[in-house]
Amino acid sequence: MKTIVAALTLALGASVLSGAAQAQSTLAGIKQKGFLTCGSNPGLAGFGVPDAQGRWTGLDVDFCKALAAAIFNDTSKIRFIPLSAKDRFTALQSGEVDVLSRNTTWSMSRDTSLGLDFPAVNFYDGQGFMVKKKLGVTSAKQLDGASVCTQQGTTTELNLADYFRANKMKYEVVAFATADETFKAYDSGRCDAFTTDASGLYAERLRAANPDDNIVLPEIISKEPLAPAVRHGDSQWADIVRWTHFAMLNAEEAGVTQANVDQMKGSDNPDVRRILGTEGKFGEGLGLTNDWAYRVIKLVGNYGEVFERNVGQGSPLKIQRGVNALWSKGGLQYGPPIR
Amino acid sequence: MSAGPQALSLSFIRRETVPAAPPPVLVSGPLAWARANLFSGPGNTLLTLLALAILALAVPPLARFLVIDAVFTGANRDACRPDVVGHPVGACWAFVAQKINYFVYGSYPIEERWRANVFFGLAAVGIGWLLWLDAPRRGLGALYVFVIFPLAGYALLAGVPALGLAKVPTALWGGMLVTLVVSLVGIVASLPLGILLALGRRSQLPLVRLVCVIFIEFWRGVPLITVLFMANVMLPLFLPGDVTVDRLMRPLVGIALFSAAYMAEIVRGGLQAIPRGQTEGAASLGLSYWQSMRLVVLPQALRIVIPGIVNSFIALFKDTTLVSIVGIFDFIRTIESARVDPNWAAPTVVTTGYAFAALFYFVFCFGMSRYALYVERRLAAGQRR
Repeated sequence: MKTIVAALTLALGASVLSGAAQAQSTLAGIKQKGFLTCGSNPGLAGFGVPDAQGRWTGLDVDFCKALAAAIFNDTSKIRFIPLSAKDRFTALQSGEVDVLSRNTTWSMSRDTSLGLDFPAVNFYDGQGFMVKKKLGVTSAKQLDGASVCTQQGTTTELNLADYFRANKMKYEVVAFATADETFKAYDSGRCDAFTTDASGLYAERLRAANPDDNIVLPEIISKEPLAPAVRHGDSQWADIVRWTHFAMLNAEEAGVTQANVDQMKGSDNPDVRRILGTEGKFGEGLGLTNDWAYRVIKLVGNYGEVFERNVGQGSPLKIQRGVNALWSKGGLQYGPPIR
Repeated sequence: MSAGPQALSLSFIRRETVPAAPPPVLVSGPLAWARANLFSGPGNTLLTLLALAILALAVPPLARFLVIDAVFTGANRDACRPDVVGHPVGACWAFVAQKINYFVYGSYPIEERWRANVFFGLAAVGIGWLLWLDAPRRGLGALYVFVIFPLAGYALLAGVPALGLAKVPTALWGGMLVTLVVSLVGIVASLPLGILLALGRRSQLPLVRLVCVIFIEFWRGVPLITVLFMANVMLPLFLPGDVTVDRLMRPLVGIALFSAAYMAEIVRGGLQAIPRGQTEGAASLGLSYWQSMRLVVLPQALRIVIPGIVNSFIALFKDTTLVSIVGIFDFIRTIESARVDPNWAAPTVVTTGYAFAALFYFVFCFGMSRYALYVERRLAAGQRR
């Protein structure tokens, strides 16, 4: 018996590997390891999906690639650690991942009580409705008396109740345990409308027997700002995450794309020159080199390109830019100036 | 008394041949088999008809979904959409075909996948060696399976830079590879550990007995899912900041200890069925404790509990899917991630994914149970009279 205990202790001991030391800054730790660990989504259409060879793709995945580009000039120096909704915060708090980029809603309680920071919102999501076209409904306000398919025990169900009460409408909830069942029920006609986050509506619509028979209504009834998260207390790292997103926004605004970034390097436009690091020393302020944003655009692309490629017109999802358009085009994505 | 001739005259003498008896009711051939096994009485006939009715209801739709209406080739979702192809679509096997590499290897780097293939090969050699009862040098086979294979397999998959094998972090392992790794670790670790625990629980030494009882009862008293959550969600918070244990290693250790506790109780059942006389006989021959266990008691005890052991292995194999909820990309988890791919969004893709998983698990579990039956029959040959 002693030998068993000894063997077990040994086995446990041997499996304990020393991780990155917490004392040093996150950036120094990443440079020392030689790669970025990125907490990612284990599977969400458009945001984090494995391709046929198991390489991760998606909007949140591309954000991590942008960080790796800014730090290492190499998007392969990442380790994706797919995290479930339950263990994502633990993984970040315990230092297992450097950044959490997996469609996490930025809320006050998460920001204040979990020891996290949410540097920038990279996708504004919100709960919406999908209905069959043949109902002739064009607005959620016309859903009085409708039966709505939703998933049990989620905030979706609560938002739904709030929305119908606020608008003094009657409705009937048909709730299911899993997202799959919920959509199957809607698709087979068990209820008039289906509700979940807007990005999810587009993904589910593709699985309908006849996708074109369904429309997503314009109303968004909840705020779900999806943001990458970092540990509280390392402002330099939070700055890098924040400004990587802003640089991608500014690049889009200035018309700098993956394709023309090399020509743009010779541009006379002072905004472009500052973004791409041909003027000023903004990258050094982050602890990186001055051409950090150039590398992000060169290897990953600007925000608009990343959006269209993963969830927009270049993908099967075809989500409209909507509130995720640049501020100059009526959206909420606003990159403070690099200056 | 001249009874003789009289008696003789009364005696019966057959003068013509006996008419041929009707031929016996069929005793061989399919018809006879059906009569004896399926329609031997009104109850059985009813059950047979009921079973036939259920089959008639279930098989045609299943065959239609899995084979007849199924789509076998295609490059994206359009191949599996009824509104595009214009006829009802069953299983979308094209989806499985396109994602098969992901289902087998997960995110294991493409240029290193030969290592996973070698690992599968090594596992097959080990399993074959140990399971084929007439194989040569089976003692060496046991050493290979319980010592050499785990070490070589780990070195191969995780990588040894000194040998020119680049390190592959376990976060990239996935698919059937992880399912096999987790269940092989569980099986390879739980049998020897379980036997030791069972012996310990029957030991004469109070301390050893106490430790084993506490160990077994602790692990049997907590659900596996709790163990996994503890390992992957709570443990990182308890460890000091600069210490992290590998994400795959944590559930592996948990599963190995958990299944060892169950195995211990199964083996103990076998030990208790062996009469005391066996141990005493062994002792009277001058065998030490370990010798008598190894040569006399365990061979008999383990034979009795083969069904229990295999049952536990099958349960373990299926329980490995639980690691998916703590973020390990086992086979079922890879299916769940791949099915959300918008490029393959079609009505039957999800069902197809799960049908494929069912097929995979069924083949393995059914194989295990058939093999166990074969071993049982063979080992029980000496008892048949």
